Amino acid sequence: MADDREAAPRPGPRALDDDRPAPRPGAVGPAPGLAAVGKPLRKVDVRGKVTGETRFADDYTMPGALHMKLVRSTVPHARLLSVDASAALAVKGVRCVLTGKDFPIAYGLMPVSQDEHPLCNDKVRFVGDPVAAVVAADELTAQEAAALVRVEYEPLQTIATPQEALATADPRIHDYGDAPNVHKLVAFDFGDVPAALAGADQVFEDRFFYQGNTHLPIEQHAALAWVDPDGRLTVVSSTQVAHYVHKALARALALPPARIRVIAPPQGGGFGGKTDPFNHEIVVAKAALVTGRPVKVALSREEVFLCHRGRHPTLMRMRTGVKDGRIVGHSVETVLDGGAYGSYGVASVHYTGALETVTYRMDRYRFRGCRTFTNKPPCGPKRGHGTPQPRFGLEVHLDKICEKLGVDPAEWRIRNAVPPDTVVANWMRVRTTGLVACLEAVVKASGWRERRGRLGRGRGLGIAASSYMTGAGISITFGDLPHTGVQLLLDRGGGVTAFCGASDVGQGSDNVLALIVAEVLGVEVGDVKVVTGDTSLGPVDLGSYSSRVTIMMGNAAIQAAERARDRLAAAAAAKLEVPASRLCFAGGRVFDVEDPARGLTFAEAVQRAEAQAGTVGTVGSYSPPTPTPRYKGGGVGPSPTYSYSAAVVEVEADEATGELSVEKIWVAHDIGRALNPVAARGQVVGSVYMGLSEALMEEQEFRRLPPKLSRALVHQAPSMLEYKSLTFHEMPEVETILVEEPDAMGPYGAKEVGQGPLLPIPPALANAVHDALGVRVDEVPITPHKVLAALAAPDRRYGPAAFPDVPWPEPLLVPPPWEGGDGKATNDRKRERRLPGAKP
Amino acid sequence: MEAPLVTLQSGPREKLRLAFAVNGEERELLVEPYKTLLEVLREDLGLTGTKHGCELGECGACAVLLDGELALSCLVPAVECGGRAVTTIEGLRDGPELHPLQAAFADHGAAQCGYCTPGMIVAARWLLDRKPDATRQEIADALAGQLCRCTGYQQIYEAVESAGRVLRGLPPLPPVVAAVHGEEPHGR
Amino acid sequence: MMRLPRFRYLAPASLLEAVKVLGDLGPEALPLAGGTDLVPNMKRRQQTPANLVGLRGVAELRAVSGDAARGLTLGAMTRLAEVERGAVAAGWPALARAAATVATPAIRNTATLGGNLCLDTRCSYYDQTEEWRRSIGYCMKREGETCWVAPGSDRCWAVSSSDTAPVLCALGAEVTLRSRGGERRIPAADLFADDGIRHLTRRPDELLTAVHLPPVEPGQRTVYLKLRRRGSFDFPVLGVAGRVRLSAGGTVESARIFLGAVGSRPQEARAAADFLVGRRLGDEETVREASRLATQIAKPMQNTDLTLGWRKGVAREYAARALRELGS
Repeated sequence: MADDREAAPRPGPRALDDDRPAPRPGAVGPAPGLAAVGKPLRKVDVRGKVTGETRFADDYTMPGALHMKLVRSTVPHARLLSVDASAALAVKGVRCVLTGKDFPIAYGLMPVSQDEHPLCNDKVRFVGDPVAAVVAADELTAQEAAALVRVEYEPLQTIATPQEALATADPRIHDYGDAPNVHKLVAFDFGDVPAALAGADQVFEDRFFYQGNTHLPIEQHAALAWVDPDGRLTVVSSTQVAHYVHKALARALALPPARIRVIAPPQGGGFGGKTDPFNHEIVVAKAALVTGRPVKVALSREEVFLCHRGRHPTLMRMRTGVKDGRIVGHSVETVLDGGAYGSYGVASVHYTGALETVTYRMDRYRFRGCRTFTNKPPCGPKRGHGTPQPRFGLEVHLDKICEKLGVDPAEWRIRNAVPPDTVVANWMRVRTTGLVACLEAVVKASGWRERRGRLGRGRGLGIAASSYMTGAGISITFGDLPHTGVQLLLDRGGGVTAFCGASDVGQGSDNVLALIVAEVLGVEVGDVKVVTGDTSLGPVDLGSYSSRVTIMMGNAAIQAAERARDRLAAAAAAKLEVPASRLCFAGGRVFDVEDPARGLTFAEAVQRAEAQAGTVGTVGSYSPPTPTPRYKGGGVGPSPTYSYSAAVVEVEADEATGELSVEKIWVAHDIGRALNPVAARGQVVGSVYMGLSEALMEEQEFRRLPPKLSRALVHQAPSMLEYKSLTFHEMPEVETILVEEPDAMGPYGAKEVGQGPLLPIPPALANAVHDALGVRVDEVPITPHKVLAALAAPDRRYGPAAFPDVPWPEPLLVPPPWEGGDGKATNDRKRERRLPGAKP
Repeated sequence: MEAPLVTLQSGPREKLRLAFAVNGEERELLVEPYKTLLEVLREDLGLTGTKHGCELGECGACAVLLDGELALSCLVPAVECGGRAVTTIEGLRDGPELHPLQAAFADHGAAQCGYCTPGMIVAARWLLDRKPDATRQEIADALAGQLCRCTGYQQIYEAVESAGRVLRGLPPLPPVVAAVHGEEPHGR
Repeated sequence: MMRLPRFRYLAPASLLEAVKVLGDLGPEALPLAGGTDLVPNMKRRQQTPANLVGLRGVAELRAVSGDAARGLTLGAMTRLAEVERGAVAAGWPALARAAATVATPAIRNTATLGGNLCLDTRCSYYDQTEEWRRSIGYCMKREGETCWVAPGSDRCWAVSSSDTAPVLCALGAEVTLRSRGGERRIPAADLFADDGIRHLTRRPDELLTAVHLPPVEPGQRTVYLKLRRRGSFDFPVLGVAGRVRLSAGGTVESARIFLGAVGSRPQEARAAADFLVGRRLGDEETVREASRLATQIAKPMQNTDLTLGWRKGVAREYAARALRELGS
């Protein structure tokens, strides 16, 4: 490390030191002997999905179940004066009405943002905040009675935008935060960027806006709660993280966690929208406790829009200094519209800056991020969590820079790609990278060099690249516990049951678990029964988000399966009188590699192991390597390894109307290794689809009435019809290329695939529109009116004109690795005291 | 001559007798007038294979065949279904074997989360019943009322094409896998 | 799950019986045809009739008679999926195209031609749930006093969003309305009133029973061009419907043009139609001037999808495209 510090004035390859685990034999490199990994097999859970037998949360019922309907605030910001449920209680069939008084304890996802009540206590913060719950014999009666609950409000000023939040000291939406109505401010200087810009040949500045959008899973949230005959509160819910719901229930209801069971059946899509614990989950549990009956709640589509936790609307300003064609300094400022609650917001704001560094070399980097509170449904993590916005900005910004420099944007990206095994300016550690391969692949497949700029007026090609995490290096709840666990039970018939807290959101995690266990033990994938998403029936997993399940659960599954294999090998070796090291597990048998006829069936091997040392059960777990950044806030962004993507979009633009038709998309994704090539391609195409849908039309937009007449602030279009998403007609053909360079961190070398391929699509579209019409739309979505406005504008641009004044705090000064840094801030005294044992 | 009596009527809290065929079986039950076919299928008959995403006719998840025609069960009051024949996803296969569409959706990765899948498969069945050799344009036209948030629709085209071949007595198409950079493309 | 409100359900078995029931119940009842508009509106509590009169059992409403030479009469319960095809597609292609662009295939299999004509006017302040509308203090069209589209206005600006209505107006079609007291046959254009709330001239005791398409004349050309965000699901934000009769030499002998989705009723572009008579559609100058005249009458408001400025800005371009198609 010391050598690097003195010798390397610029970013470059850097030796990896401490915690990189030795590659497992057989885990990386060409592996022709693999039986299940890499094969286009049917997913283990797919049969139920095509027959309709898969039970989603709303498909669960209990005899005698009651039904619950939430009464939600109809005002955006107010003190809650009284809730009168007498008329509702008088309705025949109504069993009880719960209010904020029943829920004195606040909860929240992150330890620093415990700012929600299951039902509002003293304030309401957006139209849709729940204030009461009506429980009745059937859903229609609950709905009719809910309309009779009278709520008295004392209205407060509506804060609708980040600009208003920054300008309003009173009233405050919350009594905590880094400034009035500012949830979080972050500031980092990784080297002296102003000095770098002063020394640059050219400095470029751009402003961008990325509109908020929502997940729109086709399945609406639903939950069913009851008390088991053994006294255990049981909640079935459409959640991506059973563990977080479990924690929130224990906290908000003051119950011992050991007496709560949360079941997360497969979700009908989540995309990040079901990763928070939700008020309706806690309230329905309370209702079951109060009534002694099973109680069900099923949210309407509008309520799903109000749950939200989707993409933060983000305003960005970027400045880049270029010298001799390379980036000497890069600055990003972001202002996020967080909505009414904290949710994942502290992480979200960091993510708008954390991954800016891992694609292209930059000597110095400066980041400022601000998350405001507004009277709207809370924003949170949506596919790509906080990174699609700055990725859009950066990739369009670079396209403009390349245009000015007169260089091909694909070539520039290839030349400036961060090399493998690099610790970058903000101390994120890049291990393997397929960025160059991805760029080369889409350049070749799309005919970029021959076709770009030559398709005629109205037709264009655009390119962009990106990177995403393969699981977060630090858990959102901190602590030193593993991020996941897998437990195996082997039975005498040769069956294997794999237990894990992860739940399948549609990405195929159940299948990953079965196929990895089957691969290690040499049995058929169908011989492995998976039991997932149940806090009473499996070890904790931190959930289906953050692209973490394949790498984390997968590695834990390998560990558990290898332990089981070792036990079986020991018993089989004794029986067969062959050294255990000569045994091979394949084809449902355990046999001598030197004499394959000499062996046992897998079931016999289990029986021998059971006879030798009792029931065969093993466990595995996984914790990511210690992150390289050691500054406060450096816990957001580190990952065991990063995936890379690149895309070329071809667009047909109607110059008379501004309408866009995307004709084709070429996408390449660095996946490490595809565990199932059909499922992997599905994740890539699905990500491209979602990226294109938000790039073209999706908007979580709000409507204000004339302030003189009304304080109202409502979701503009909380319906599947008016919240526009792509249909069959708008979705173009996608040509997918996988870059497979196995990464030692991933199970069988696999990296993430569920989120990364979304990221290059919006900027590639914007760059294609420029190629087609010569205009810049520096906003997402790129709607027809913006294209027409750009065509009419003197500067041929549509985008934000200004960036607000933000009271940025003193930045943390973290020298980049090549400027003498050690990953810590040089001016964080508090941190110095808190981490006395930190390595120099 | 007096006008004939209204043949059927019920008060807002009275149940009506409903006799209809569901997946080929005659069913008879009493339903509240406010219940849609979707609610009766899921709640009264326990056929939860039919999903719902909006209950307003805006997503296609609740699609069923009503007298052989594609229909949205969330928009049809159940009391209007007397004497009619309903086919749901549960009625697609007869026995343990998957219907060719179900098999193709499974093989081609056309079901990810699987929530839009029942409606999607029912809509595809409606199409292939009429046109087993449907072109991509015809598939898009027929399925344009089904929203999917997972797949990007691409594998659904491939699955419908493959199932159409099986229904015409041809072998299924192999599932498409992505090209691997630096290797010859495999699959199609 | 969103649920319908409670209602009394009646299912007459004949037309006679249906109009008797509607006559008895008056404004307390609504007829239920395909239900694809009414059911969502009821679930959102925009419409809460105490009685629903289901028309499934009324066979007369499904009758189809006539042909291209004599004109075609379509029972009001003819499904849009049937209008897309067959005789209508051959003789009046613009009507078939309009039907084929409504919503989605499953909805077109259920929705009826009469229902699409009687479609409730739409507005982004109105097509919302009861809870949403309560959060803005409701609006003039239902339970409130203000039209939020134009807060100073004393009328409702909800939008006629039917695809088939402007086409039937342009074709010069007629409709039959039947009540206990008898029946009347009126031009389709007279079915509509320029008011977002009372947008139909149908009385509550009347049932729209049939649509009559005029005979196809030699030289007749029809067009319907629909502007919307996506290729399915979406209502029009502009519909351009036209019918012209061309001489053997290609000169316009008669013309009718109606615009949909830019007002509370289909808007007739009479000046544009008059301008076209005696001119040729192949002439680009003619098309440009006629499209300018046509879109002068459009009154789009900020209460549909897409921005108002854009919709105003591209209306002329879309009108021109429709006219070019008529002439090609």
